[in-house]
Amino acid sequence: MTQPLPLPFAPPLAPPLAPPRAPAVAPVGWNRGRVGMACLIFGESTFFSVFVVAYLFYIGKSGSGPQPSDVLEFPLVATLCLLSSSATAGLAVKALAQGNAARAGVALALTVGLGAGFLGATANEWFGLIYGHGLTIGTNLFGTTFYSLVGFHAAHVALGLLMLSLVLGGVLAGKLGPEHSERVEMVTWYWHFVDAVWIVVLTTVYVVGV
Amino acid sequence: MSASTETRVPEAAKRTTSGWSQSLHDWVTTVDHKRLGILYIGAGFFFLVIGGVEAILMRAQLAVPANTFLGPQEFNRLFTMHGTTMVFLVGMPIVTGFGNYLIPLMIGARDMAFPRLNAWGFWMFLLGGIVLYMSYFASMGLYGAGTAPDVGWFAYAPLAGKAFSRGNATDYWILGILISGFGSVSGAINMLTTTLTMRCPGMTMNRLPLFVWMMLVVSFLMLLALPVLTGAQVMLLFDRFMGAHFFDTQAGGDAVLWQHFFWFFGHPEVYILMIPGFAYASEIIPVFSRKVIFGYSFMVAATLAIGLVAVGVWAHHMFTVGMGKGLSVWFAVMTMIVGIPTGIKLFNWIATLYGGKILMRTPMLFCLGFLGQFLVAGLSGILLSGAPLNWQLSDSYFVVAHFHYVLIGGLVFTIFGACYYWFPKMTGRLLSERLGRWHFWLFFVGFHLTFTTMHVQGVLGMPRRIYTYPVERGWEVWNAISSSGAILQALGVAVFLFALAQAFRRPQWAGPDPWNAWTLEWSTSSPPPAYNFLTIPEVRSRRPLWDLKHPDDPDWEHE
Repeated sequence: MTQPLPLPFAPPLAPPLAPPRAPAVAPVGWNRGRVGMACLIFGESTFFSVFVVAYLFYIGKSGSGPQPSDVLEFPLVATLCLLSSSATAGLAVKALAQGNAARAGVALALTVGLGAGFLGATANEWFGLIYGHGLTIGTNLFGTTFYSLVGFHAAHVALGLLMLSLVLGGVLAGKLGPEHSERVEMVTWYWHFVDAVWIVVLTTVYVVGV
Repeated sequence: MSASTETRVPEAAKRTTSGWSQSLHDWVTTVDHKRLGILYIGAGFFFLVIGGVEAILMRAQLAVPANTFLGPQEFNRLFTMHGTTMVFLVGMPIVTGFGNYLIPLMIGARDMAFPRLNAWGFWMFLLGGIVLYMSYFASMGLYGAGTAPDVGWFAYAPLAGKAFSRGNATDYWILGILISGFGSVSGAINMLTTTLTMRCPGMTMNRLPLFVWMMLVVSFLMLLALPVLTGAQVMLLFDRFMGAHFFDTQAGGDAVLWQHFFWFFGHPEVYILMIPGFAYASEIIPVFSRKVIFGYSFMVAATLAIGLVAVGVWAHHMFTVGMGKGLSVWFAVMTMIVGIPTGIKLFNWIATLYGGKILMRTPMLFCLGFLGQFLVAGLSGILLSGAPLNWQLSDSYFVVAHFHYVLIGGLVFTIFGACYYWFPKMTGRLLSERLGRWHFWLFFVGFHLTFTTMHVQGVLGMPRRIYTYPVERGWEVWNAISSSGAILQALGVAVFLFALAQAFRRPQWAGPDPWNAWTLEWSTSSPPPAYNFLTIPEVRSRRPLWDLKHPDDPDWEHE
């Protein structure tokens, strides 16, 4: 049987009357929201890397058609939509922080519209590939890697769009003010990340791959 | 302790529920990092018992040659479930659980950065474990084949594809691990964010306890490695359900790609499991040597170096697929380089012991066992990193001996040490020292009987994953010894479980600081209140409690 080692000092704590409140989160700098979102983005990046690696690895290895150069066209409209939506998202956060809810609403509506435009362009492309060229995920290695990579990116765009729409709803309902701009900024960080992934996907699929 | 949860329960509800259901409700709905940590560790030990039973069934089958206790199919399922359980449902939750419990306490915070995400992570992990074990009951798929998955914990595609793994057992493996992976990633985000943003005043990165530093690197590796496995598993699901061709060799898919993806996750995973073992040892060894850890900054740098090299060694699991000379040399050399930072750590622990006033308590016993066993594990690892020898020994029992030396001799020993060390903090009760010694010696002797002999079986050519073996190969004695050791290990764990029960039946109260230790978790009561610290502490050195206990000679005058 052991005895606890003797304490060289008195236990410092007595139970308090009420639990103290947690300290407020620092509003600027690398607070926990920013670090958390940065970590999520890092984890998501490694997830996308696997699909990019698989795409690059399987370029030119499809035994049967259609091949990328036969069916892919450079998605100029979609790219312009998504890249400019990052700028409008940034404007929305700035306007919200300055308390200009009307301008934030317009910028967010533009962002959502441009994001929807990107998804529409993707849908149009996929419709043509599936019904025009008969390319599905099971057709060949190109179809397998193409739909997985582009599809996972589009799914992330859809998720970002959902979050941005919620923010837009909040702004239109007058529920979001300058005190929420920090959190809205975190949503736009995700949106910028999705945008950055698109640049990688674009390079991989439509530049290197064709 | 449940002051904060009680305030949220309406008075009416309090009157109508009994104490038992109220307590269950509190545990299920908790977002307190300490309760979630205990839930993680408890669930981990639950699965440890299941995985241990699977191991004992396999050892029973292999105890004598030409045994018919288990058939080949059952044996394949058992080693698949054993490996998967031990890595994903035992190692990961216990590691995350100790991190959850201790990181906020050690850095002087009141909770993790995202308490609700923390709870979500735990329940996702548990759901993943349940989904995996549902396969035993629910996977009589369309083809009526299989109960549990039988593809190995690595599930090599294309063998895990639809063509070769019929039925749905493999899908339960994919989905279970995928779901628990979400939990691990959210836990990693939480631990990273907590460490980087929630430190108390004065707790600079240079004063972080080594435990927290090492868990920081572990969290980073989790974020880096687990999404890779998730991505590969999604590909496998696409192959199995949507007719995709990622791993379909008939359509030009590559037979080795899965191995690259899996081991790009799998090798960092080894460090995700092993670095926490280093973390426990780095807290326990100084306290029971009554000395400051030797070479703090070298320990941090070595951990960062291991984290860095971890991402460049994965294909040493794949020497036998024939990668060509260039890649084989690269991965062999990179693997040998891992020995340098690991060696630095080992020497630092020994230097911490050197000249110390060593107290042979149970946590210290387990850590000393760890030191010797991990040295052997590292040396056999360096042997295996030589590609030519690896071609000879790969897929033999030598490899089984090597990684069980790492994961049991290294990790499980330090986990037991950590349990004896921090159980008083978690419950306010000490574990019996007498039972602890029984536990240690039974487990220690059993471990060596089982796994030291496996080196010999491996060199004698006994392959892994065989369900039985013929009489005249000269393996009988070694296998009999291995199997008898398994019984001793099981007895050791039984003694541990008995000691846990004993601590609740006849409590031996610990007080806030039973080990006369130096890190912040020992400055609050045992168990700590829901808010951890009445006032947020302020630290001026790496050993804040030493400063408190020795105002005449504080550490910050020397650092």
